[in-house]
Amino acid sequence: MKKQLLSLAAAVSVGLAANLAGAAELTAVSFGGAYGEAQQKHMIDPYMEKTGNKILFENYSGGVAELKAQVESGNVLWDVIDMEVIDLERACSEGLLEVFPQDQLPPGDDGTPAADDFSKEALANECGVGNIVWTVLYAYNHDTIQGGEPKSMNDFFDTKTFPGKRALRKRPQVNMEWALLADGVSKDEVYDLLATEEGQARAFAKLDTIKDEIVWFDSWSQAPQLLNDGGAVMVQSANGRFFAAIQQENKPFEMVWDGHVFDLDVWAIVKGTKNKDLAIDFVNFATGSKPLSGMPEVAYGPTRQSSYAYIDESVIPKLPSAHLDEGLKASSLFWADYGESLGEKFNEWLLK
Amino acid sequence: MSNPELTPDEIRQANRNRRRAKLLAIFFVLPLLGFIFVTFVAPIGTMLYRSFYHPTVSELVPETLAQLDKWSESSGELPPPDALNTFAVELKTLAKDRLSGKLAEEINRALPGSSSLIKSTARRVSRTDTAELQSRGNEILFDAHKKWQQVEVWRAIKKSGSVVTADFYLTALDLEHSPSGEIVQRGTQIYIDLYWKSLKIAFYITVLTAIIGFPLAWYLANAPTRVANTLMIFVLLPFWTSLLVRTTSWIALLQTNGVVNSTLMSLHIIDEPLEMLYTQFATVIAMTHILLPFMVLPLYSVMKGIDPSYFRAALSLGAKPIPAFVRIYMPMTVPGLSAGALLVFIISIGYYITPALVGGTEGQMISNIIAFHMQSSNNWELAAALGSLLLLLITLLYWLYDRLVGISNLKLG
Amino acid sequence: MAQFPRYFTIWQKLGLTGVKLTAWLVLLFLMAPILVIIPLSFNAEPYFTFTEGMLAFDPDAYSLKWYQEILAEDKWMLAIKNSFYIGIMATIIATVLGTTAAIGLTRSEMPFQRMIMALLLSPMIVPLIITAAGMFFFYTQLDIAGSYLGVILAHAALGTPFVVITVNAALSGFDYSLVRASLGMGAKPVYTFFKVIMPLIRPGVISGALFAFVTSFDEVIVVLFLAGPEQRTIPRQMFSGLREEINPTILAVATLLVIISGLLLLTMEYLRARSEKMRTG
Repeated sequence: MKKQLLSLAAAVSVGLAANLAGAAELTAVSFGGAYGEAQQKHMIDPYMEKTGNKILFENYSGGVAELKAQVESGNVLWDVIDMEVIDLERACSEGLLEVFPQDQLPPGDDGTPAADDFSKEALANECGVGNIVWTVLYAYNHDTIQGGEPKSMNDFFDTKTFPGKRALRKRPQVNMEWALLADGVSKDEVYDLLATEEGQARAFAKLDTIKDEIVWFDSWSQAPQLLNDGGAVMVQSANGRFFAAIQQENKPFEMVWDGHVFDLDVWAIVKGTKNKDLAIDFVNFATGSKPLSGMPEVAYGPTRQSSYAYIDESVIPKLPSAHLDEGLKASSLFWADYGESLGEKFNEWLLK
Repeated sequence: MSNPELTPDEIRQANRNRRRAKLLAIFFVLPLLGFIFVTFVAPIGTMLYRSFYHPTVSELVPETLAQLDKWSESSGELPPPDALNTFAVELKTLAKDRLSGKLAEEINRALPGSSSLIKSTARRVSRTDTAELQSRGNEILFDAHKKWQQVEVWRAIKKSGSVVTADFYLTALDLEHSPSGEIVQRGTQIYIDLYWKSLKIAFYITVLTAIIGFPLAWYLANAPTRVANTLMIFVLLPFWTSLLVRTTSWIALLQTNGVVNSTLMSLHIIDEPLEMLYTQFATVIAMTHILLPFMVLPLYSVMKGIDPSYFRAALSLGAKPIPAFVRIYMPMTVPGLSAGALLVFIISIGYYITPALVGGTEGQMISNIIAFHMQSSNNWELAAALGSLLLLLITLLYWLYDRLVGISNLKLG
Repeated sequence: MAQFPRYFTIWQKLGLTGVKLTAWLVLLFLMAPILVIIPLSFNAEPYFTFTEGMLAFDPDAYSLKWYQEILAEDKWMLAIKNSFYIGIMATIIATVLGTTAAIGLTRSEMPFQRMIMALLLSPMIVPLIITAAGMFFFYTQLDIAGSYLGVILAHAALGTPFVVITVNAALSGFDYSLVRASLGMGAKPVYTFFKVIMPLIRPGVISGALFAFVTSFDEVIVVLFLAGPEQRTIPRQMFSGLREEINPTILAVATLLVIISGLLLLTMEYLRARSEKMRTG
C-alpha cells in the first residue's frame, strides 16, 4: 500500500508538474450550457489555437456577487467575464471592472471601423464590449402543458388555466418586470413604476399570486432540465438555451415571445487582474466578426454588422432581433441603481 | 510525594528529569499547536474581529462623519448645511473613484432602499462643479431626491460610520436600534427563526438516527462475529463514501422523475409524483442517511461491551422482556447513545452542503444563510456575526461533549 | 442469534425477528442510495432517471459515454489531478505534525493536556462554513487564497485531528519504558523513534493518514471559498455540476468515488485486523 501510494504520489506530482508548467494563463468565465459551448467553439478554442495561450474557461451563474467578493477581498481569480448588461452598469460603477480601451478594437473583417461596425448599445458602457443580443423569455413543453397553449405573459401568471409549476431564476431582475407586464402595465412604464414603492409592492403582489407554484433555480443551465424533467411546466430562460434544446435534442419545447426582456451580453475585464493585456487581446479577438458570427448557432444575435456576412440567412428570423416589438429592453441603469435594494427586498420576500 | 529515603540530590535529579520530560512533551506538541494556530485559530479570530470592527464607511466619507459628529441625531432636525455640502463633495469624489457603489451598499444595510438614492444622486453630483457643491451642495441633494430631506437618511450615514459596532450582532438576532436609540425587534424576523429551524432539523435528524440506529447497532453487537464483521462493511462503506456522492444519490432518488417517484407510480401507490426534492424533508432524510454511521458506531461499541448475561439473568429471574430491556439494557447503552446523539447533533447543526443541494428554500439551515451573505449579498460582517453566534453554540455543545463523553474517547471507524 | 433460547415465548421470538428485520431494513436504507447510482451512471440518456430501456435490460439503453466524458473533459481531469495532489500534500503535513503531537500529548508530563487536546481536535468540530469564512478572510490577507498552498494548508489543518486521534489510540497501550530502555542502551532518539515507537504505532499512523486524505479528498466548502479555478477538486466540480447542470457524468464520477472508498475501507479493515493481531498475539 505504501509503495503504491508513493508511486501514485510520484505519478501525480510528475503529471502535475507537467500540467502546471503549461498552466492556464487566462481565466475566462461565462454561463456554460449551450452558450458556453458555442463560445468555446468559436472564441476560446480558435484563440488558443491562434495564439498558443491557454484559457481556463469556467462557468458562473451570473450576478455581480462573486466578482465583487474577488475584487473587494483582493483575491482576483478571474480575468475576463461575460456579463449581462443588466449587471454591467452596476459592476462598472462600483469599480469591479477595468475600463476597456474601446478605441483599439479591430475593424470588422470588411474593413468597417469598430465604432461603426458595432451596434451603439454594444459600446455604450466603457467597461465592456457587447458580444451578443439575447433575451429572457419563457417556454413550455408540449408534452407536459395542460389547459392549452400559453401565448402571453398573462398566461404565465394564470395558474387556473395552466396549472403546474413555473420555474424562475432566483433574482428580482426580469421577474419584477414580468409581474408588472402581466399586471397590465405597459412596456414603457415598467421601469418608471418599478422605481416607486407602490410599483415594487404591486410587482411583489403579482408574484405572490403564483409564489407557491414557483420553482427557483440559480443558473440558466438548469432551465431546460426543469422543463424536460417535468420539474415545471413553464420555465424562464435565455432564448438560446431553449433553442439549442429544440434544435439539437429535438425537445418538444415552445418559446413564448410575449414580454421577453432583451439585453446584451458583454465581455468585460475584472478589476485588478494580473493579465490585463492578455485579457484585452482576448476580448479583441472574441468580439471579432468571425467569432461573433458563430453565436447565432444558439440563436443569439451578433453585435457587429460585419458578422452577418458569415451568417446563414435562415437563422435571422430566429434571433431576438426579429422579435423586438414583442419585447422590453432591459434597463441597465435602473438595475444599477435598484439592483441592490430590490435584491434585498426580493430575498426577504422569498423567506416570508 | 516526597520519599524520605531519597537524598536531596536525587530529588533534584528526579525533578530535573521530570522537567526535561515535560519540555520534551511540549516540544513534540508545539509544531502542531503552532500550525493549528496559524492555519485555523487565527482565521477564526479574524472572523470574530470582523463581526464588530468595520471601518469601511469611516474611510469613505471621513469629513462628513466628522461634521455629523456635532449633530444630534435625536433632535429631529437635519444636519447643518455645511455637513450636507461636505457630503455632496465627498460623494462626487467617490463617484469619480467608482466607490459610490460601496457607500450605497453600506448605507443600504442601515436603511434599506437608500442604495438607489445614493447611486442616482452620485451620478448627478459627479456632473456638477465642485465649487458649486461646496456652496450649495445641500440644495443639489434635495433637488436630486426628496429623501435627502429625511432625518433618517443622515442618521443611517452617521450610524454606519462607527468603526466598532454591535449592529451586525443586532441584525443577526433580528434586533435594531429604534430612532430614539432603544433596541427593538426588527420588522422582519429572519435569523432567529433560522437558528430555531436549524436546531429543529438537527433535533429531528438526531432522533431519527437514534431510532433507526439503535436496532441496527443492537443486531450488529449481538450477531455472530463473522456476520457482524461483514455487515459492518455496509455501515462503513457509506461512512467512507464521499458526501457529495451520497447527496447526489438522494437527488437521483427524490427528484420529480426520480427513482422513488417512478417506483411508487409504477406500483400504483401514487398517481402523481410527490414533491420531495428541494424540501425540508429532503434535507432531513439525506442528512439522516449521511450521519447514521456516527450514531451506529458509538452505540455498537458500547453495546458490544455489555454482557448479555445481565439481560438473560433478568429474564430468567422472571422479568418481562420489554421492561427488562428498558430498565436493564437501555440504561447501559446511554454512554453510546449520548455520544452518538451529541456527535450527530453537533455535526448536523452546522451542515451546509446537503441543505444547499437538496433543501430548496425551506430546507435551508443557518450555514446556508452564512454562505449566502459570504457569497451572494457580500455582507461579510453579518456573515461573521452569524458565524460567531453559531460558533458559540457549537462551543457549548463541544464543551458538553467533552464533559459527558470525553473528547479523547472519540473513536473513528 | 440464529436460534432462539428455548424459554422464549412466541411473542419474544416475533419481537426479536422484528428487530432483526428492522436492522436489515436500515442496512438497506444505508446501502441502497449508494448502489442506485451505479447503474444510473451507465444511462445512455442524459438524465438521472431509469429509462424504460434500462429496466428492460436493453443493452442499447446502457452506455459508457459518461465515463468517456470524464476522460475527454479537461475540467474533470484537472479536478482529479488536483484532488490527489492537494490530498496527498495535506496528508503528509497532517500526518507528520499529528503524529509528533500525539506522541507528546500522551505523555503524562504534558501540561494542559485536556485543553490542548480540545483545541487540536476543534478543526473537526467547528462547522466548516465558519472555518471556510475565517480562512477566506485571513488567507486573503496573507495572499495565499486562490493558491495551491492555501488549500493545502487548510486541508492539512482539517486533517490533523484525525491523525491525533488515531495515533493517540495506538499509543494508549504503549509502554514508554521501551523508549527509556532503548535510549538507556545508547540508541539515538531518531533511531529509537523509527525502530521502537514507529513499528508499534504504524497502523494508527496509516489509518490517521487515510482519514486525513479522505477529509481533504471529500472536502468542498473550504475549496469553495478558498480555491481559484485552477485548484478545482473533484467534489468542487461535482458541487457546481449539481447546482448548475445535472448530467450523468457526475454519476460516473460518483461511481468511481464509491469504488475508491471501497478500496480505502478494505485497507482500513486490513490494518485494523493486523493491529488487533499484533496486540493479542
